[in-house]
Amino acid sequence: MDELILSRIQFAANISFHILFPTITIALGWVLLFFKLRFNRTGDERWMAAYRFWVKVFALSFGLGVVSGITMSFQFGTNWPGFMETVGNIAGPLLAYEILTAFFLEAAFLGIMLFGFRRVPGWLHTTATFLVAFGTSMSAFWILVLNSWMHTPQGFEMIDGVAHATDWWAIIFNPSLPYRLVHMMLASGLTVAFLLAGVSAYRRLIGDRTPGVRLTLKTGVWLGAILIPLQILAGDMHGLNTLEHQPQKVAAMEGNWQTRGNVPLLLFALPNEETRSNDFEIGIPSGASLILKHKADGVVPGLDDFVAEDGTPLHPPVSPVFWSFRVMVGTGMLMLLISWYSAWRLWRRGGVETLPKPLLVVLLGMTFSGWVATLAGWYTTEIGRQPWLVHGVVSTKEAVADVPASYVAGTLTAYLVVYAVLLIAYIATIFGLARRAAKGETVADAPRAGIVGGKRTTPNPNAVPAE
Amino acid sequence: MLGFFDTPETTLPVIFALLMGASILVYVILDGFDLGVGVLIPFAEDTEKDRMIASIGPFWDANETWLVLAIGLLLVAFPAAHGMILTTLYLPVAVMLFGLILRGVAFEFRGKTATMRGKRQWNGSFFIGSLMASLSQGYMLGLYVMGLETTTMTIAFAMLTALCLTGAYAFIGATWLLMKTEDVLQLKSVRWAKLGLVGIILGFAGISAATPLVSDRIFDKWFSLPEFAFLLPLPLLSMGLIVALWVSLRHLPDAVDRWCWIPFALTCVLFTLGFFGMAYSFYPYVVPDQMTIYEAASAPESLVIILAGACVVLPIIIAYSALAFIIFRGKATDLSYD
Repeated sequence: MDELILSRIQFAANISFHILFPTITIALGWVLLFFKLRFNRTGDERWMAAYRFWVKVFALSFGLGVVSGITMSFQFGTNWPGFMETVGNIAGPLLAYEILTAFFLEAAFLGIMLFGFRRVPGWLHTTATFLVAFGTSMSAFWILVLNSWMHTPQGFEMIDGVAHATDWWAIIFNPSLPYRLVHMMLASGLTVAFLLAGVSAYRRLIGDRTPGVRLTLKTGVWLGAILIPLQILAGDMHGLNTLEHQPQKVAAMEGNWQTRGNVPLLLFALPNEETRSNDFEIGIPSGASLILKHKADGVVPGLDDFVAEDGTPLHPPVSPVFWSFRVMVGTGMLMLLISWYSAWRLWRRGGVETLPKPLLVVLLGMTFSGWVATLAGWYTTEIGRQPWLVHGVVSTKEAVADVPASYVAGTLTAYLVVYAVLLIAYIATIFGLARRAAKGETVADAPRAGIVGGKRTTPNPNAVPAE
Repeated sequence: MLGFFDTPETTLPVIFALLMGASILVYVILDGFDLGVGVLIPFAEDTEKDRMIASIGPFWDANETWLVLAIGLLLVAFPAAHGMILTTLYLPVAVMLFGLILRGVAFEFRGKTATMRGKRQWNGSFFIGSLMASLSQGYMLGLYVMGLETTTMTIAFAMLTALCLTGAYAFIGATWLLMKTEDVLQLKSVRWAKLGLVGIILGFAGISAATPLVSDRIFDKWFSLPEFAFLLPLPLLSMGLIVALWVSLRHLPDAVDRWCWIPFALTCVLFTLGFFGMAYSFYPYVVPDQMTIYEAASAPESLVIILAGACVVLPIIIAYSALAFIIFRGKATDLSYD
């Protein structure tokens, strides 16, 4: 394999591993604030119990997000120097604003949020929780601004092959930002909803009858049931926006080769780039035309429109985009079905007690479904951006570093091993925490003798005698 | 003054070089002490390890953010240099990142594992990760000083700086522990700090002697008149600080533990002086002898927009970082989420 494909796999591996954790912390931060505010308002210990359990999951996810994020910040330079050399004048300030307005905020107040409950007044602890949640969302905003700009660039001019900003407002609020931002925030909310429901279902299944679990299970189910229809709507609008700005991506998502009307919605197909057609096609007639153009004979652009004179395709590789899209939509449909059925059971039959065991098992199985859908969605949009790095401005091939392929292959192998181990450890730790919480164990320790509020109250027996 | 502040094209690169330098310095001091604590971990008993890690638990995350800011500033202000430096340092950067991953996750995992064996494994990961990060940072510093060339000579020098920086981190880590702990662990910290100080003296001497010998440009910058006379206070002050450190370490811990912060404070000043010496040697280059900050800088309109944000936000960042240090001041206690 050459260095380009290796660098792409390495970047994909790093960013796929990284995004798992922000996807959890973005929404979990707000959920924790909700728990804390409910506790402040009602004084009900169950909300604080929920807070205490989930703040540990938050801390763990945050830690993994930080270390994998530091890796990301170096990848630009080590593997893709052409990116910053070409569009650094635009990407630079956006990344700088992310660091300045988000990273420091999250990192500094995280310490207070995690360990400061007994050290600071209640209002400051609640404020710290708010600022951490706010920081993670700010971080998502800035990085999605940059990402959206890479898909729908505007507000710049090229001088000697380097992009120079002309209109920052146009750069920040580029056409795909609103859709992408909403879609990602909702994805984070859904990921957390199913994580809450799944882990709580697990605790119920192993016999945990503490009242805090009932609350988090209900929170998870209702959050999922409310967000999923919004997400389907947002996803549909995002797709229409993509059709306008990156028609070749939508053509690949639909597996549509020729520009025509009455394009079917394919349920199954094996796109074949050799013959430039699909094998084993099964579809709903005119389905894609109806979704994208809202009429049966609506004309949908085809992949054949995006081929250079010499025959090199200028569209993304079709199969990965086609299938990632189907995995995302399929997971979303499953989420709709399960969260609505669970919510209906809770609503009609009353308490969590009445949820049947098989449903709890299904919810447990869906614990990390948000990750599957989020990754599949990102693969759809990012592979769908190929062969461009920044759409129409710089290609992926032009930006790759001149580093020996063996270096890239070596570090890639090491990353994959480390990430696999960490992912197993992460999932095992979450369920381990759940088992310990179910047994009623806590991890609090008593303060040490002779020290109050961090100040020495008795003379130090080991002091060097004064001369 | 050399026309620095005549036009944005000359002013902005200097301002950004200063900002980047400041964040590297803050990073080296802040993450220096927590990496140093990681390097010292194997020399402590199991219960002491908990306390050592508790002393840095609320801070490490924010400390590492200064690295992201420094590398971010290099990326945004000097994009050409960023690519050049990082592709040359590809492998040591990878080692550092693996180190930072291993130690970063260990903070979380070690506190949440149910078994002692699991905890020991994550302690091991914390140590190895801290060591990898410290050594690779020292190695990169050495190669950078040598103008990013890889010959037997420069690699040998880089290995020396790898050991020295790791020693320096262990030393500032020991002075941090001396300030944040008590009883037996505090006594151990004093001993570690004394040993570390010997290492610091050897390291400072070694690097100061080797740098001018291998680079003519840096030799000329330091040992020609009148620069030599202006610069003389820097090494003299450093020597004074080292003597003061030694004296303070001999008298600590004191009966009421009022002065335990002295060695850490002195070490911060010492690191700052070392950093100024370094910065002086390199100015105006961002890639030694190859690319100046002026050649590498981004377009002024992009730098201005970052600078505007930085002027507003940096003071706020400093204020709330200080707030975190104030809230968790005094001796470290066991960390709990309650």
